[in-house]
Amino acid sequence: MFRQASRLLAQTLRAGMRPFSSDLPAAPTSDSAFNESWKKVIPNIEPPKTPSHFLRPRPATPTSIPSKITVNFVLPYASELSAKEVDMVIIPATTGQMGVLPGHVPAIAELKPGILSVHEGNDVTKYFLSSGFAFIHANSVADIIAVEAVQIDHIDPSLAQKGLAEFTQKLSSATTDLEKAEAQIGVEVHSALNSALSG
Amino acid sequence: MAMAALRREGRRLAPLISPQSITAVRSSLISQEQAPLGLRSISTQIVRNRMKSVKNIQKITKAMKMVAASKLRAIQVRAENSRGLWQPFTALLGDTPSVDVKKNVIVTISSDKGLCGGINSTSVKTSKALKKLTAGPDKETKYVVLGEKAKAQLIRDSKKDIELSITELQKNPLNYTQVSVLADDILKNVEYDALRIVFNKFQSVVSFLPTVATVLSPEAVEKEAEFGGKLGELDSYEIEGGETKSEVLQNLGEFQFSCVLFNAVLENACSEQGARMSAMDSSSRNAGDMLDRLTLTYNRTRQASITTELIEIISGASALEG
Repeated sequence: MFRQASRLLAQTLRAGMRPFSSDLPAAPTSDSAFNESWKKVIPNIEPPKTPSHFLRPRPATPTSIPSKITVNFVLPYASELSAKEVDMVIIPATTGQMGVLPGHVPAIAELKPGILSVHEGNDVTKYFLSSGFAFIHANSVADIIAVEAVQIDHIDPSLAQKGLAEFTQKLSSATTDLEKAEAQIGVEVHSALNSALSG
Repeated sequence: MAMAALRREGRRLAPLISPQSITAVRSSLISQEQAPLGLRSISTQIVRNRMKSVKNIQKITKAMKMVAASKLRAIQVRAENSRGLWQPFTALLGDTPSVDVKKNVIVTISSDKGLCGGINSTSVKTSKALKKLTAGPDKETKYVVLGEKAKAQLIRDSKKDIELSITELQKNPLNYTQVSVLADDILKNVEYDALRIVFNKFQSVVSFLPTVATVLSPEAVEKEAEFGGKLGELDSYEIEGGETKSEVLQNLGEFQFSCVLFNAVLENACSEQGARMSAMDSSSRNAGDMLDRLTLTYNRTRQASITTELIEIISGASALEG
Protein backbone atom coordinates (compact mmCIF):
# COMPACT_ATOMS: atom_id res chain seq x y z
CA MET A 1 0.00 0.00 0.00
CA PHE A 2 2.86 2.40 0.79
CA ARG A 3 4.51 1.53 -2.49
CA GLN A 4 1.29 2.44 -4.30
CA ALA A 5 1.01 5.70 -2.40
CA SER A 6 4.56 6.74 -3.19
CA ARG A 7 4.10 5.80 -6.83
CA LEU A 8 0.96 7.86 -7.06
CA LEU A 9 2.63 10.80 -5.37
CA ALA A 10 5.58 10.60 -7.75
CA GLN A 11 3.21 10.41 -10.68
CA THR A 12 1.30 13.48 -9.62
CA LEU A 13 4.45 15.44 -8.90
CA ARG A 14 6.03 14.38 -12.16
CA ALA A 15 3.05 15.27 -14.27
CA GLY A 16 2.50 18.44 -12.30
CA MET A 17 -1.23 17.98 -12.85
CA ARG A 18 -4.20 16.80 -10.85
CA PRO A 19 -5.08 13.16 -11.30
CA PHE A 20 -8.44 13.71 -12.96
CA SER A 21 -8.59 16.72 -15.17
CA SER A 22 -5.83 18.00 -17.34
CA ASP A 23 -6.42 21.70 -17.22
CA LEU A 24 -7.52 22.94 -13.83
CA PRO A 25 -5.31 25.91 -13.03
CA ALA A 26 -3.76 26.45 -9.64
CA ALA A 27 -6.17 29.23 -8.69
CA PRO A 28 -9.36 29.20 -10.74
CA THR A 29 -10.58 32.66 -11.53
CA SER A 30 -14.10 33.17 -12.68
CA ASP A 31 -15.98 36.16 -13.91
CA SER A 32 -17.49 37.53 -10.69
CA ALA A 33 -19.70 40.04 -12.51
CA PHE A 34 -21.29 37.20 -14.45
CA ASN A 35 -21.84 35.12 -11.32
CA GLU A 36 -23.41 38.09 -9.53
CA SER A 37 -25.83 38.91 -12.31
CA TRP A 38 -26.68 35.20 -12.68
CA LYS A 39 -27.45 34.82 -8.97
CA LYS A 40 -29.75 37.85 -9.09
CA VAL A 41 -31.90 36.53 -11.91
CA ILE A 42 -31.65 32.77 -11.36
CA PRO A 43 -31.01 32.12 -7.68
CA ASN A 44 -31.82 28.41 -7.69
CA ILE A 45 -29.34 27.12 -10.23
CA GLU A 46 -25.56 27.24 -9.88
CA PRO A 47 -23.98 29.57 -12.44
CA PRO A 48 -22.23 27.69 -15.23
CA LYS A 49 -18.46 27.77 -15.47
CA THR A 50 -16.74 29.87 -18.10
CA PRO A 51 -13.49 29.29 -20.00
CA SER A 52 -11.60 31.67 -17.75
CA HIS A 53 -12.19 29.19 -14.95
CA PHE A 54 -10.25 26.55 -16.84
CA LEU A 55 -7.60 28.77 -18.39
CA ARG A 56 -4.04 27.78 -17.64
CA PRO A 57 -2.38 30.79 -16.04
CA ARG A 58 -0.12 32.73 -18.36
CA PRO A 59 3.16 34.36 -17.32
CA ALA A 60 3.00 38.09 -16.62
CA THR A 61 4.70 40.62 -18.87
CA PRO A 62 8.33 40.80 -17.75
CA THR A 63 10.11 44.10 -17.44
CA SER A 64 13.17 43.06 -19.39
CA ILE A 65 13.26 41.04 -22.58
CA PRO A 66 13.46 37.33 -21.71
CA SER A 67 16.04 35.14 -23.36
CA LYS A 68 13.66 32.58 -24.76
CA ILE A 69 10.26 32.68 -26.33
CA THR A 70 7.55 30.27 -25.12
CA VAL A 71 5.73 28.55 -27.94
CA ASN A 72 2.33 26.87 -27.80
CA PHE A 73 1.64 25.12 -31.07
CA VAL A 74 -1.85 23.58 -31.08
CA LEU A 75 -3.87 21.59 -33.56
CA PRO A 76 -7.48 20.48 -33.21
CA TYR A 77 -6.47 16.95 -32.34
CA ALA A 78 -3.23 17.46 -30.44
CA SER A 79 -1.01 20.02 -28.77
CA GLU A 80 2.21 19.66 -30.71
CA LEU A 81 4.26 22.00 -28.56
CA SER A 82 3.00 23.23 -25.26
CA ALA A 83 4.94 25.91 -23.39
CA LYS A 84 8.21 25.00 -25.03
CA GLU A 85 11.04 27.49 -24.61
CA VAL A 86 12.82 28.16 -27.88
CA ASP A 87 15.10 30.77 -29.36
CA MET A 88 13.16 31.69 -32.48
CA VAL A 89 10.17 30.70 -34.57
CA ILE A 90 9.57 31.54 -38.20
CA ILE A 91 5.90 31.58 -39.10
CA PRO A 92 4.37 31.67 -42.58
CA ALA A 93 2.16 34.75 -42.35
CA THR A 94 0.12 35.86 -45.32
CA THR A 95 2.51 38.79 -45.64
CA GLY A 96 5.49 36.43 -45.89
CA GLN A 97 7.76 34.53 -43.56
CA MET A 98 7.92 36.26 -40.22
CA GLY A 99 10.64 35.64 -37.67
CA VAL A 100 9.65 35.91 -34.05
CA LEU A 101 12.30 36.47 -31.39
CA PRO A 102 11.82 37.01 -27.67
CA GLY A 103 10.62 40.52 -27.04
CA HIS A 104 8.68 40.76 -30.31
CA VAL A 105 5.91 43.37 -30.38
CA PRO A 106 2.46 41.90 -29.74
CA ALA A 107 0.93 40.83 -33.03
CA ILE A 108 -1.89 38.84 -34.54
CA ALA A 109 -0.91 37.16 -37.78
CA GLU A 110 -3.06 35.25 -40.20
CA LEU A 111 -1.16 32.28 -41.61
CA LYS A 112 -1.06 30.83 -45.09
CA PRO A 113 0.01 27.29 -46.00
CA GLY A 114 3.75 27.12 -45.46
CA ILE A 115 6.57 26.08 -43.22
CA LEU A 116 6.81 26.78 -39.54
CA SER A 117 10.34 26.38 -38.26
CA VAL A 118 11.19 26.19 -34.59
CA HIS A 119 14.79 27.00 -33.73
CA GLU A 120 16.20 25.85 -30.45
CA GLY A 121 19.93 26.05 -30.08
CA ASN A 122 21.18 24.18 -33.09
CA ASP A 123 18.12 22.07 -33.88
CA VAL A 124 15.50 23.25 -36.26
CA THR A 125 12.17 21.44 -36.47
CA LYS A 126 10.13 22.23 -39.54
CA TYR A 127 6.40 21.67 -39.84
CA PHE A 128 4.27 22.26 -42.87
CA LEU A 129 1.00 23.77 -41.77
CA SER A 130 -2.23 24.59 -43.47
CA SER A 131 -3.62 27.94 -42.54
CA GLY A 132 -4.31 29.20 -39.06
CA PHE A 133 -3.52 32.07 -36.77
CA ALA A 134 -0.58 33.12 -34.67
CA PHE A 135 -0.71 35.39 -31.65
CA ILE A 136 2.42 36.91 -30.17
CA HIS A 137 1.87 38.36 -26.74
CA ALA A 138 3.76 40.98 -24.84
CA ASN A 139 5.07 38.40 -22.37
CA SER A 140 7.01 36.58 -25.11
CA VAL A 141 4.48 33.82 -25.48
CA ALA A 142 3.61 32.79 -29.01
CA ASP A 143 0.41 30.86 -29.69
CA ILE A 144 0.22 29.20 -33.06
CA ILE A 145 -3.07 27.58 -33.95
CA ALA A 146 -3.19 25.57 -37.17
CA VAL A 147 -5.79 23.29 -38.63
CA GLU A 148 -3.34 20.67 -39.89
CA ALA A 149 0.39 20.29 -39.55
CA VAL A 150 2.89 17.64 -40.52
CA GLN A 151 6.60 17.41 -40.03
CA ILE A 152 8.44 18.03 -43.28
CA ASP A 153 10.16 14.65 -43.31
CA HIS A 154 6.80 12.90 -43.17
CA ILE A 155 5.70 14.34 -46.51
CA ASP A 156 6.08 12.32 -49.69
CA PRO A 157 7.49 14.62 -52.41
CA SER A 158 6.15 12.60 -55.33
CA LEU A 159 2.61 12.84 -53.98
CA ALA A 160 3.02 16.60 -53.57
CA GLN A 161 4.08 16.95 -57.22
CA LYS A 162 1.20 14.80 -58.34
CA GLY A 163 -1.25 16.82 -56.28
CA LEU A 164 -0.01 20.05 -57.80
CA ALA A 165 -0.41 18.71 -61.32
CA GLU A 166 -3.90 17.44 -60.50
CA PHE A 167 -5.11 20.71 -59.05
CA THR A 168 -3.61 22.84 -61.84
CA GLN A 169 -5.50 20.67 -64.28
CA LYS A 170 -8.70 21.03 -62.23
CA LEU A 171 -8.24 24.80 -62.13
CA SER A 172 -8.01 25.03 -65.90
CA SER A 173 -11.06 22.84 -66.35
CA ALA A 174 -13.15 24.41 -63.57
CA THR A 175 -16.48 25.85 -64.57
CA THR A 176 -18.29 27.16 -61.50
CA ASP A 177 -16.88 29.69 -59.05
CA LEU A 178 -16.90 27.14 -56.26
CA GLU A 179 -14.85 24.65 -58.28
CA LYS A 180 -12.45 27.40 -59.27
CA ALA A 181 -12.01 28.46 -55.66
CA GLU A 182 -11.42 24.90 -54.51
CA ALA A 183 -8.92 24.24 -57.28
CA GLN A 184 -7.18 27.52 -56.51
CA ILE A 185 -6.78 26.54 -52.87
CA GLY A 186 -5.43 23.14 -53.89
CA VAL A 187 -2.89 24.77 -56.21
CA GLU A 188 -1.74 27.19 -53.50
CA VAL A 189 -1.29 24.49 -50.89
CA HIS A 190 0.52 22.09 -53.19
CA SER A 191 2.86 24.72 -54.60
CA ALA A 192 3.67 25.77 -51.04
CA LEU A 193 4.30 22.09 -50.22
CA ASN A 194 6.62 21.70 -53.18
CA SER A 195 8.58 24.82 -52.39
CA ALA A 196 8.76 23.72 -48.77
CA LEU A 197 10.20 20.37 -49.72
CA SER A 198 12.70 21.82 -52.17
CA GLY A 199 13.67 24.94 -50.23
CA MET B 1 -67.42 -27.83 14.23
CA ALA B 2 -64.35 -29.97 14.73
CA MET B 3 -66.30 -32.88 13.29
CA ALA B 4 -67.18 -30.80 10.20
CA ALA B 5 -63.53 -29.85 9.74
CA LEU B 6 -62.42 -33.44 10.04
CA ARG B 7 -65.13 -34.50 7.61
CA ARG B 8 -63.82 -31.85 5.16
CA GLU B 9 -60.29 -33.09 5.60
CA GLY B 10 -61.40 -36.66 5.09
CA ARG B 11 -63.32 -35.77 1.92
CA ARG B 12 -60.29 -33.96 0.47
CA LEU B 13 -57.88 -36.75 1.23
CA ALA B 14 -60.29 -39.59 0.45
CA PRO B 15 -59.33 -40.03 -3.23
CA LEU B 16 -55.66 -39.86 -2.27
CA ILE B 17 -55.67 -42.29 0.63
CA SER B 18 -55.45 -45.85 -0.73
CA PRO B 19 -53.77 -49.09 0.44
CA GLN B 20 -50.47 -47.82 -0.91
CA SER B 21 -51.00 -44.56 0.89
CA ILE B 22 -47.42 -43.35 1.08
CA THR B 23 -46.64 -43.52 -2.64
CA ALA B 24 -50.02 -41.97 -3.43
CA VAL B 25 -49.32 -39.11 -1.06
CA ARG B 26 -45.90 -38.54 -2.60
CA SER B 27 -47.28 -38.47 -6.14
CA SER B 28 -50.09 -36.16 -5.05
CA LEU B 29 -47.56 -33.72 -3.58
CA ILE B 30 -45.72 -33.55 -6.88
CA SER B 31 -48.87 -33.24 -8.98
CA GLN B 32 -50.26 -30.52 -6.71
CA GLU B 33 -47.14 -28.36 -7.11
CA GLN B 34 -46.96 -28.57 -10.88
CA ALA B 35 -50.66 -28.19 -11.54
CA PRO B 36 -51.58 -24.50 -11.90
CA LEU B 37 -54.64 -24.96 -9.79
CA GLY B 38 -53.38 -24.10 -6.29
CA LEU B 39 -52.82 -20.43 -5.39
CA ARG B 40 -49.36 -21.19 -4.00
CA SER B 41 -47.75 -22.34 -7.24
CA ILE B 42 -49.13 -19.39 -9.18
CA SER B 43 -47.43 -16.88 -6.88
CA THR B 44 -44.05 -18.61 -7.27
CA GLN B 45 -44.59 -18.55 -11.04
CA ILE B 46 -45.25 -14.81 -10.94
CA VAL B 47 -42.16 -14.14 -8.86
CA ARG B 48 -40.09 -16.38 -11.12
CA ASN B 49 -41.17 -14.37 -14.17
CA ARG B 50 -40.29 -11.12 -12.51
CA MET B 51 -36.90 -12.46 -11.55
CA LYS B 52 -36.20 -13.50 -15.12
CA SER B 53 -37.06 -10.07 -16.52
CA VAL B 54 -35.06 -8.23 -13.84
CA LYS B 55 -32.05 -10.45 -14.56
CA ASN B 56 -32.31 -9.62 -18.24
CA ILE B 57 -32.45 -5.92 -17.46
CA GLN B 58 -29.36 -6.28 -15.30
CA LYS B 59 -27.47 -8.01 -18.10
CA ILE B 60 -28.47 -5.40 -20.65
CA THR B 61 -27.54 -2.43 -18.48
CA LYS B 62 -24.22 -4.03 -17.58
CA ALA B 63 -23.46 -4.47 -21.28
CA MET B 64 -24.42 -0.86 -22.00
CA LYS B 65 -22.09 0.27 -19.24
CA MET B 66 -19.18 -1.64 -20.80
CA VAL B 67 -19.91 -0.17 -24.21
CA ALA B 68 -20.08 3.35 -22.78
CA ALA B 69 -16.81 2.78 -20.91
CA SER B 70 -14.98 1.74 -24.07
CA LYS B 71 -16.41 4.65 -26.07
CA LEU B 72 -15.44 7.01 -23.26
CA ARG B 73 -11.84 5.80 -23.31
CA ALA B 74 -11.58 6.50 -27.02
CA ILE B 75 -13.13 9.94 -26.98
CA GLN B 76 -11.53 11.14 -23.75
CA VAL B 77 -8.11 11.08 -25.36
CA ARG B 78 -9.32 13.27 -28.22
CA ALA B 79 -11.15 15.68 -25.93
CA GLU B 80 -8.07 16.19 -23.76
CA ASN B 81 -5.92 16.75 -26.82
CA SER B 82 -8.29 19.39 -28.08
CA ARG B 83 -8.21 21.34 -24.83
CA GLY B 84 -5.25 23.39 -25.96
CA LEU B 85 -7.27 24.72 -28.86
CA TRP B 86 -9.41 27.31 -27.12
CA GLN B 87 -6.80 28.53 -24.62
CA PRO B 88 -4.96 30.93 -26.97
CA PHE B 89 -8.21 32.63 -27.93
CA THR B 90 -9.25 33.20 -24.35
CA ALA B 91 -5.74 34.38 -23.52
CA LEU B 92 -5.93 36.93 -26.33
CA LEU B 93 -9.52 38.08 -26.23
CA GLY B 94 -10.42 37.37 -22.64
CA ASP B 95 -13.67 35.87 -21.45
CA THR B 96 -16.74 38.07 -21.46
CA PRO B 97 -19.79 36.08 -20.43
CA SER B 98 -21.50 39.13 -18.99
CA VAL B 99 -21.31 41.07 -22.25
CA ASP B 100 -24.36 43.15 -23.02
CA VAL B 101 -25.38 42.90 -26.66
CA LYS B 102 -28.55 43.14 -28.68
CA LYS B 103 -28.52 39.82 -30.50
CA ASN B 104 -27.61 36.76 -28.48
CA VAL B 105 -27.51 33.31 -29.95
CA ILE B 106 -27.36 30.38 -27.56
CA VAL B 107 -25.84 27.24 -29.06
CA THR B 108 -26.98 24.31 -26.93
CA ILE B 109 -25.05 21.08 -27.33
CA SER B 110 -26.73 17.84 -26.29
CA SER B 111 -26.77 14.18 -27.17
CA ASP B 112 -28.92 12.33 -29.66
CA LYS B 113 -29.41 9.19 -27.59
CA GLY B 114 -30.97 8.96 -24.16
CA LEU B 115 -30.24 6.94 -21.03
CA CYS B 116 -27.40 9.28 -20.16
CA GLY B 117 -28.47 10.67 -16.83
CA GLY B 118 -29.28 14.34 -16.39
CA ILE B 119 -26.72 16.11 -18.56
CA ASN B 120 -29.13 17.09 -21.30
CA SER B 121 -31.59 18.50 -18.79
CA THR B 122 -28.84 20.57 -17.16
CA SER B 123 -27.80 21.94 -20.56
CA VAL B 124 -31.36 22.93 -21.35
CA LYS B 125 -31.85 24.45 -17.90
CA THR B 126 -28.67 26.48 -18.30
CA SER B 127 -29.74 27.65 -21.78
CA LYS B 128 -33.15 28.74 -20.56
CA ALA B 129 -31.57 30.54 -17.62
CA LEU B 130 -29.12 32.28 -19.96
CA LYS B 131 -32.01 33.37 -22.13
CA LYS B 132 -33.68 34.86 -19.08
CA LEU B 133 -30.42 36.54 -18.08
CA THR B 134 -29.83 38.12 -21.46
CA ALA B 135 -33.42 39.18 -22.00
CA GLY B 136 -34.29 42.83 -22.03
CA PRO B 137 -35.94 45.59 -24.01
CA ASP B 138 -35.03 45.44 -27.72
CA LYS B 139 -32.74 42.50 -27.15
CA GLU B 140 -33.41 39.17 -28.76
CA THR B 141 -32.13 35.72 -27.95
CA LYS B 142 -32.28 32.80 -30.33
CA TYR B 143 -31.36 29.14 -30.01
CA VAL B 144 -29.26 26.92 -32.20
CA VAL B 145 -29.73 23.35 -31.03
CA LEU B 146 -27.31 20.49 -31.62
CA GLY B 147 -28.71 17.09 -30.69
CA GLU B 148 -32.12 15.49 -30.45
CA LYS B 149 -32.59 15.62 -26.70
CA ALA B 150 -32.29 19.37 -26.27
CA LYS B 151 -34.43 19.91 -29.35
CA ALA B 152 -37.21 17.81 -27.84
CA GLN B 153 -37.08 19.78 -24.60
CA LEU B 154 -36.74 23.25 -26.09
CA ILE B 155 -39.31 22.82 -28.81
CA ARG B 156 -42.00 22.53 -26.16
CA ASP B 157 -41.94 26.12 -25.02
CA SER B 158 -39.52 28.02 -27.27
CA LYS B 159 -40.39 26.66 -30.70
CA LYS B 160 -40.29 30.02 -32.43
CA ASP B 161 -36.91 30.91 -30.94
CA ILE B 162 -35.05 27.97 -32.42
CA GLU B 163 -33.20 29.17 -35.49
CA LEU B 164 -31.38 26.03 -36.45
CA SER B 165 -31.39 22.50 -35.18
CA ILE B 166 -28.82 19.90 -36.10
CA THR B 167 -29.08 16.21 -35.24
CA GLU B 168 -27.07 13.02 -35.91
CA LEU B 169 -23.83 14.76 -35.17
CA GLN B 170 -22.05 11.60 -34.06
CA LYS B 171 -23.04 9.38 -36.95
CA ASN B 172 -19.45 9.57 -38.16
CA PRO B 173 -16.65 10.01 -35.63
CA LEU B 174 -16.31 13.67 -34.71
CA ASN B 175 -13.64 15.54 -36.60
CA TYR B 176 -12.66 19.13 -37.08
CA THR B 177 -13.70 19.35 -40.73
CA GLN B 178 -17.27 18.38 -39.93
CA VAL B 179 -17.48 20.83 -37.06
CA SER B 180 -15.98 23.66 -39.08
CA VAL B 181 -18.55 23.11 -41.83
CA LEU B 182 -21.24 23.20 -39.16
CA ALA B 183 -19.79 26.39 -37.68
CA ASP B 184 -19.75 27.93 -41.13
CA ASP B 185 -23.41 27.03 -41.58
CA ILE B 186 -24.34 28.63 -38.28
CA LEU B 187 -22.34 31.78 -38.91
CA LYS B 188 -23.86 32.22 -42.34
CA ASN B 189 -27.48 31.70 -41.39
CA VAL B 190 -27.73 33.32 -38.00
CA GLU B 191 -27.32 36.98 -37.16
CA TYR B 192 -25.47 37.43 -33.93
CA ASP B 193 -23.59 39.85 -31.77
CA ALA B 194 -22.59 37.24 -29.24
CA LEU B 195 -22.65 33.47 -29.47
CA ARG B 196 -22.92 31.55 -26.23
CA ILE B 197 -22.08 27.87 -26.44
CA VAL B 198 -23.61 25.80 -23.64
CA PHE B 199 -22.13 22.36 -23.05
CA ASN B 200 -21.06 19.97 -20.31
CA LYS B 201 -17.36 20.04 -19.68
CA PHE B 202 -15.84 16.70 -18.82
CA GLN B 203 -14.12 16.98 -15.47
CA SER B 204 -13.98 13.32 -14.50
CA VAL B 205 -16.03 10.19 -15.00
CA VAL B 206 -18.46 11.25 -12.30
CA SER B 207 -18.37 15.02 -12.65
CA PHE B 208 -19.56 17.15 -15.57
CA LEU B 209 -19.67 20.92 -15.24
CA PRO B 210 -22.12 22.96 -17.28
CA THR B 211 -20.04 25.58 -19.04
CA VAL B 212 -20.81 28.53 -21.22
CA ALA B 213 -18.24 29.84 -23.71
CA THR B 214 -18.78 33.23 -25.33
CA VAL B 215 -17.67 34.22 -28.82
CA LEU B 216 -18.23 37.80 -29.91
CA SER B 217 -18.78 39.16 -33.39
CA PRO B 218 -16.12 41.59 -34.67
CA GLU B 219 -18.40 44.59 -34.12
CA ALA B 220 -19.08 43.52 -30.55
CA VAL B 221 -15.34 43.12 -30.02
CA GLU B 222 -14.77 46.70 -31.15
CA LYS B 223 -17.50 47.95 -28.85
CA GLU B 224 -16.20 46.03 -25.85
CA ALA B 225 -12.65 47.18 -26.54
CA GLU B 226 -13.71 50.64 -25.50
CA PHE B 227 -14.46 49.36 -22.00
CA GLY B 228 -10.91 48.19 -21.49
CA GLY B 229 -9.83 44.91 -20.03
CA LYS B 230 -8.37 42.19 -22.18
CA LEU B 231 -10.11 43.44 -25.30
CA GLY B 232 -8.84 46.93 -24.73
CA GLU B 233 -5.31 45.68 -25.15
CA LEU B 234 -6.25 44.32 -28.56
CA ASP B 235 -5.28 47.64 -30.10
CA SER B 236 -1.69 47.21 -29.00
CA TYR B 237 -1.45 44.11 -31.21
CA GLU B 238 -0.11 44.64 -34.70
CA ILE B 239 -2.22 42.97 -37.32
CA GLU B 240 -0.29 41.12 -39.98
CA GLY B 241 -1.87 39.89 -43.12
CA GLY B 242 -5.12 40.69 -44.83
CA GLU B 243 -5.98 44.02 -46.32
CA THR B 244 -7.80 45.56 -43.38
CA LYS B 245 -7.81 44.99 -39.67
CA SER B 246 -11.53 44.22 -39.67
CA GLU B 247 -11.07 41.44 -42.23
CA VAL B 248 -8.47 39.73 -40.07
CA LEU B 249 -10.63 40.18 -36.99
CA GLN B 250 -13.56 38.65 -38.78
CA ASN B 251 -11.50 35.63 -39.80
CA LEU B 252 -10.26 35.42 -36.26
CA GLY B 253 -13.79 35.42 -34.89
CA GLU B 254 -14.91 32.67 -37.23
CA PHE B 255 -11.85 30.56 -36.48
CA GLN B 256 -12.41 31.06 -32.77
CA PHE B 257 -15.99 29.90 -33.07
CA SER B 258 -15.10 26.73 -34.94
CA CYS B 259 -12.28 25.87 -32.50
CA VAL B 260 -14.39 26.50 -29.41
CA LEU B 261 -17.30 24.56 -30.94
CA PHE B 262 -15.02 21.61 -31.73
CA ASN B 263 -13.76 21.42 -28.18
CA ALA B 264 -17.29 21.86 -26.80
CA VAL B 265 -18.69 19.07 -28.96
CA LEU B 266 -15.92 16.68 -27.92
CA GLU B 267 -16.29 17.52 -24.22
CA ASN B 268 -20.03 17.06 -24.40
CA ALA B 269 -19.65 13.68 -26.11
CA CYS B 270 -17.23 12.65 -23.34
CA SER B 271 -19.66 13.79 -20.68
CA GLU B 272 -22.46 11.89 -22.40
CA GLN B 273 -20.53 8.62 -22.31
CA GLY B 274 -19.47 9.17 -18.72
CA ALA B 275 -23.01 9.98 -17.63
CA ARG B 276 -24.32 6.96 -19.46
CA MET B 277 -21.74 4.79 -17.72
CA SER B 278 -22.80 5.94 -14.27
CA ALA B 279 -26.51 5.76 -15.12
CA MET B 280 -26.21 2.20 -16.38
CA ASP B 281 -24.05 1.28 -13.42
CA SER B 282 -26.62 2.46 -10.90
CA SER B 283 -29.35 0.81 -12.95
CA SER B 284 -27.63 -2.58 -12.89
CA ARG B 285 -26.95 -2.18 -9.20
CA ASN B 286 -30.63 -1.45 -8.57
CA ALA B 287 -31.59 -4.46 -10.67
CA GLY B 288 -29.25 -6.58 -8.55
CA ASP B 289 -30.86 -5.31 -5.34
CA MET B 290 -34.31 -5.98 -6.73
CA LEU B 291 -33.23 -9.47 -7.73
CA ASP B 292 -32.02 -10.17 -4.18
CA ARG B 293 -35.32 -9.03 -2.74
CA LEU B 294 -37.29 -11.08 -5.24
CA THR B 295 -35.17 -14.16 -4.50
CA LEU B 296 -35.98 -13.84 -0.83
CA THR B 297 -39.68 -13.48 -1.61
CA TYR B 298 -39.52 -16.47 -3.93
CA ASN B 299 -37.84 -18.66 -1.34
CA ARG B 300 -40.26 -17.57 1.34
CA THR B 301 -43.23 -18.31 -0.91
CA ARG B 302 -41.83 -21.66 -1.95
CA GLN B 303 -41.07 -22.71 1.62
CA ALA B 304 -44.47 -21.54 2.81
CA SER B 305 -46.22 -23.59 0.17
CA ILE B 306 -44.22 -26.70 1.04
CA THR B 307 -44.94 -26.20 4.73
CA THR B 308 -48.65 -25.80 4.06
CA GLU B 309 -48.68 -29.01 2.03
CA LEU B 310 -46.90 -30.89 4.78
CA ILE B 311 -49.28 -29.56 7.42
CA GLU B 312 -52.29 -30.62 5.41
CA ILE B 313 -51.02 -34.10 4.79
CA ILE B 314 -49.81 -34.66 8.32
CA SER B 315 -52.97 -33.36 9.90
CA GLY B 316 -55.03 -35.38 7.48
CA ALA B 317 -53.01 -38.50 8.24
CA SER B 318 -53.20 -37.92 11.98
CA ALA B 319 -56.95 -37.29 11.71
CA LEU B 320 -57.36 -40.62 9.97
CA GLU B 321 -55.25 -42.46 12.55
CA GLY B 322 -56.62 -40.80 15.62
